Amino acid sequence: MTNPVLSVRNLEVEFHTRRSVLHAINGISFDIAKGEVLGVVGESGAGKSVTGLAVIGLIDPPGRISGGEIYLSGMRIDHLPPEEIRRIRGKRIGMIFQDPLTSLNPLYKIGDQIVETIRTHLNLSETAARKRAIDLLAEVGIPAPEKRIDAYPHEFSGGMRQRVVIALAICAEPDLIIADEPTTALDVSVQAQIISLIKRLGRDHGTAVMLVTHDMGVIAETSDRVAVMYSGRIAEIGPVQDVVQNPLHPYAKGLMGAIPTLAGEDKRLVQIPGSMPRLSAIPNGCSFNPRCGFVFDRCRVERPEPIAHGTQAVACHLYDGAAKTAIKETAA
Amino acid sequence: MLAFTLRRAIQAIGVMLAVGIISFSMFRFAGDPVNQIVSLDTSAAEREAVRKSLGLDDPVVMQFARYFGNAAQFKFGVSYQFRQPVSSLLAERMPATLELAICATIFAMVFGILMGVYSALKRDTALAKIFQAVSLIGISLPTFLIGILLIYLFSVTLGWLPSFGRGEVVRVGWWTTGLLTLSGLKALILPSITLGLFQLTLIMRLVRAEMLEVLRTDYIRFARARGLTTRAIHFGHALKNTLVPVITVAGLQFGSVIAFAIITETVFQWPGMGLLFVQAVQNVDIPIMAAYLLMVSLIFVTINLVVDILYTVVDPRLRSTLRRPA
Repeated sequence: MTNPVLSVRNLEVEFHTRRSVLHAINGISFDIAKGEVLGVVGESGAGKSVTGLAVIGLIDPPGRISGGEIYLSGMRIDHLPPEEIRRIRGKRIGMIFQDPLTSLNPLYKIGDQIVETIRTHLNLSETAARKRAIDLLAEVGIPAPEKRIDAYPHEFSGGMRQRVVIALAICAEPDLIIADEPTTALDVSVQAQIISLIKRLGRDHGTAVMLVTHDMGVIAETSDRVAVMYSGRIAEIGPVQDVVQNPLHPYAKGLMGAIPTLAGEDKRLVQIPGSMPRLSAIPNGCSFNPRCGFVFDRCRVERPEPIAHGTQAVACHLYDGAAKTAIKETAA
Repeated sequence: MLAFTLRRAIQAIGVMLAVGIISFSMFRFAGDPVNQIVSLDTSAAEREAVRKSLGLDDPVVMQFARYFGNAAQFKFGVSYQFRQPVSSLLAERMPATLELAICATIFAMVFGILMGVYSALKRDTALAKIFQAVSLIGISLPTFLIGILLIYLFSVTLGWLPSFGRGEVVRVGWWTTGLLTLSGLKALILPSITLGLFQLTLIMRLVRAEMLEVLRTDYIRFARARGLTTRAIHFGHALKNTLVPVITVAGLQFGSVIAFAIITETVFQWPGMGLLFVQAVQNVDIPIMAAYLLMVSLIFVTINLVVDILYTVVDPRLRSTLRRPA
């Protein structure tokens, strides 16, 4: 495989508060290849969004990247000076935020916002940038773009605004798009359109996509691979069919079990007991151990590292050689 | 847009009518107007004649209609103390007050916005903290004290600037201006600072708070994610959004700047409307007091109207809601 577009190695992010240091991200590693869509799922507070913000260099104090490396097409970007990471933002990494209603500056025409972004990153004249903006709006599916370019954000519906946001994110042909819950604020019928738009753009331009969401349905529909995050760590990562159909990590099993199916409607959905630990009180060892049905002594003392298991990688002691057989019996 | 402007203009006329009633009734509160005109030994018949010639025997409503009609044409009657038409007295004094108020407002806006933006963007620097501390003093010190302190420092101790008056004045048509002579400009400095300091601190604190608020919004975060330069984000995107409420406050404050000018004008013996008003109060010169009240409210109402219209210029969202009222 050639250099992945995005390569994250042992990334750690911490937030300094008055009382203590909170570890939001605790050593995660993953790659995204050209044209690949990586879904990142997890509960609120699992560190999904923070991971996205860390990649694009928008972690604000009191937060900071405290360890690990981030490579964009082989170039290390996590310790760049602010001015250089700014040049990468928007040009080589595009970002889409959750709420399209608040992502656009209400006082500027959308065309002006797109032209401004294009001209920040590409050496184009005003007219050329405007023409490009119209093309972009057409590409993201805004009808009559040459007219709508002079409209203000409040003159668009939520779904249309998210299309504008996407046009802004891709206006300089980035290598990577980070989509942070791009459909959460939209209604279901619009969600599907936006998802297929992101997917099509990724395919057409060979753009890598990091799709952060808590919606397994969206992931299953869009992603090539999926990373399941739990309290600042990746519990399991692998091709989306494998993880959905055959989850390995007990947490991932719980997540998949919590998805209602059309077939077995009379069964009660599986619930994972308890809730995710607060950042200030992450348990020793495996952070999932207080909620895990398969917990054993080792889980309470030793933090599991990701172990390759077929196409998947899973951070769980259950899959570590000797222990594995013992668990299989308990589970059965 | 036109309908909106018309609607607001009609409201403004309503307000002016209400103020007119108040200023009209001032003549009555201070006793029988006839007594203030005639001398003690005037006979009852002569008093009646005066009353009749002034139209004071007409019904109150008629009198008010006449008063308001005259006031609308800037005819405010004759001053008791100066024996001159009030309108010409006011016209003579107005340029001084307006020049002072405009200079004070410009001073307050320029420095208020600069200091506010600076203390929002460089929140943790020593200078930003000094601005914050100084602004507290500016808000809590009374205007006359600031004026007297400035006079003490710059006029008495250092001798740099005049302590009273307008300096040399040039006449341009009916308008007298102190902006064209050196002594006039020098005379403007201390009163403008005195009058503008409170507005300055107000605007600075407002800009700072608004700017911090705007910098936290999603569209600023998204602007950063788009890789825009810090300058474009701060001064293009954040500042413009900050200015919407600042325009309102600064505009509305312009009215109170004119009203507050009474104190500053008294301290600096500035020959403006405020000083005229203070003298009128001392001499119970009701035509001047009533006219001053009407003029100041007219300025207030006009400013309100202009601010409302300016709003729609800055914020496109208002424009479209006005076009299609929902």
